[in-house]
Amino acid sequence: MVRFLLAKLLYLIPTFLGITIIAFGFVRILPGDPVLLMAGERGVSPERHAELSAQLGFDKPVVMQYLDFLWRLLHGDFGNSLVTKKPVLTEFLALFPATLELGLCAILIATLVGVPVGVLAAIKRGSWFDQVSMTTALVGFSMPIFWWGLLLIIFFSGFLGWTPVSGRISLMYFFPQVTGFMLIDSLLSGQQGAFISAVSHLILPSVVLATIPLAVIARQTRSAMLEVMGEDYVRTARAKGMPSRRVIGVHALRNAMIPVVTTIGLQIGVLMAGAILTETIFSWPGIGKWMIDSISRRDYPVVQSGLLLIAGMVMIVNLLVDLTYGLINPRIRAS
Amino acid sequence: MSNTAELSTAAIRRQMLAEFWFYFRQNRGAVAGLFVFILLVLTAVFASVLAPHDPTAQYRDALLLPPVWQEGGRAEFLLGTDAVGRDMLSRLIFGAQYSLFIGIVVVSIALFGGIFIGLIAGFFRGWVDALIMRVMDVILAFPSLLLALVLVAVLGPGLTNAMIAIAIVYQPHFARLTRAAVMGEMRREYVTAARVAGAGNIRLMFKTILPNCLAPLIVQATLSFSAAVLDSAALGFLGMGAQPPAPEWGTMLAEAREFILRAWWVVTFPGLAILVSVLAINMMGDGLRDALDPKLKRS
Repeated sequence: MVRFLLAKLLYLIPTFLGITIIAFGFVRILPGDPVLLMAGERGVSPERHAELSAQLGFDKPVVMQYLDFLWRLLHGDFGNSLVTKKPVLTEFLALFPATLELGLCAILIATLVGVPVGVLAAIKRGSWFDQVSMTTALVGFSMPIFWWGLLLIIFFSGFLGWTPVSGRISLMYFFPQVTGFMLIDSLLSGQQGAFISAVSHLILPSVVLATIPLAVIARQTRSAMLEVMGEDYVRTARAKGMPSRRVIGVHALRNAMIPVVTTIGLQIGVLMAGAILTETIFSWPGIGKWMIDSISRRDYPVVQSGLLLIAGMVMIVNLLVDLTYGLINPRIRAS
Repeated sequence: MSNTAELSTAAIRRQMLAEFWFYFRQNRGAVAGLFVFILLVLTAVFASVLAPHDPTAQYRDALLLPPVWQEGGRAEFLLGTDAVGRDMLSRLIFGAQYSLFIGIVVVSIALFGGIFIGLIAGFFRGWVDALIMRVMDVILAFPSLLLALVLVAVLGPGLTNAMIAIAIVYQPHFARLTRAAVMGEMRREYVTAARVAGAGNIRLMFKTILPNCLAPLIVQATLSFSAAVLDSAALGFLGMGAQPPAPEWGTMLAEAREFILRAWWVVTFPGLAILVSVLAINMMGDGLRDALDPKLKRS
């Protein structure tokens, strides 16, 4: 297992370097003067330009600039936002819990609904439940989630008036952030109604973000179950006279879960892309909306480091998925 | 002699096609998807004949009119009008052109680029393969929409740049698939035989090996087609894709956002158009997978 872990970690180094090269190169291929773009200034005198260039390190050879960039990254210096002047890492860490909370809720919904639906559809193969659920899953998989979000707002917020349109909690409530997770903080605050408000704000964005992963998980669970249920050991278990529930619950499901766990883990990239759209629609103050706002405000230091941090995060989660896979399936370790 | 050979080749082709259709037809959803897709293509081709109005013409006396069946609707605007008085139906019909065009361009760039890169990696192996695959891993490490957004920020917002960005993001999937298929085929005896017979690298790559790797690529191309329609609509929605007044469905949704609680039709119809097209292509993709890849059992 240690060798497997080391091999995976070594494998990450070139990918990580590649990500840093893209983030580093991105600013340099933007149309316009990179010095002015990164400094956020315009129409400066040649002296000021030289000063900025020296300050930002643009006067050095490109290789040196890249090494400097890497050095700063390794020391946790991700630059400062042009708009807020705050360090990018501080902003990222402040907004990240909002995206994490939304993402966790979405993946929870997707798993808790998707796995049972997939299992049931496989057990009742060819039944109306199978057909309806798999057609629904295909619709979910094809869903433009930015539109789906708008439809839910029209219905639940506009027509029924059940849920708020945007934000994380009603402005009526104010309490210090302890964990950054609104659900937990609102409970800790002890203010009446705060938790309910947090839930009602979270529910629609989570459902929207969960839609595509839910469809993927349900389809994957169904096909994994079908495959496993055709295996010899399942037939043997049945032949021994084991009750159907035990055959499915113990023998089939546990083995079918191996590819499903990977699928769930790999949804992180999908979730991040989905978070950009979901957070924009629901004005959810997280990483996705922050990136979109930074792109439209041309806050390039934020775009550069945000890109790096998000890709780094996806990379680490993918590594964890790989390791979990190795842990539950010894054959992968051996190969 | 050559005549007989030609005839039998044609017969084999017909036989293969018949077999393909037999398996494709088994999946009723796929046939329905194909039907909707053909309708979509016809709509796009005959848009100027079918559309009752110019998609950019603004009727100032008909702002935000509801569809014809709702109170206040007018027969000349079947699906109502948007905030500046443009006919929704005509814009939706012309929008089909954009979606199909985007799908075709994105998939073509990603497919050809990916095949070329994947062939080289799978054929030559060694450091070339390692280098190419690491670059592909790097591209795949970014969430696709985020990378496309940043690329559009670099290239400038617009339809062409959005298509290029999406194609770059999709291309690693094709490269990986091609590489895996090529590596599988390289071990087969017919490749060795062709090499012994004196076939050069280019001939081996493109003429001997590639045709045998096409099945998974076609399935992936269909999936990418629907994903391209979705992603380009998402970019349009975020203001980074096709620019107004283009009747692109995602851009139409972006323009309609502020009216969601007042005029449901400006939001509902463009999204429905995206959903129906993407769904139809995905259903077709499922059928193609069943018909082209017997290894992937129908699930």
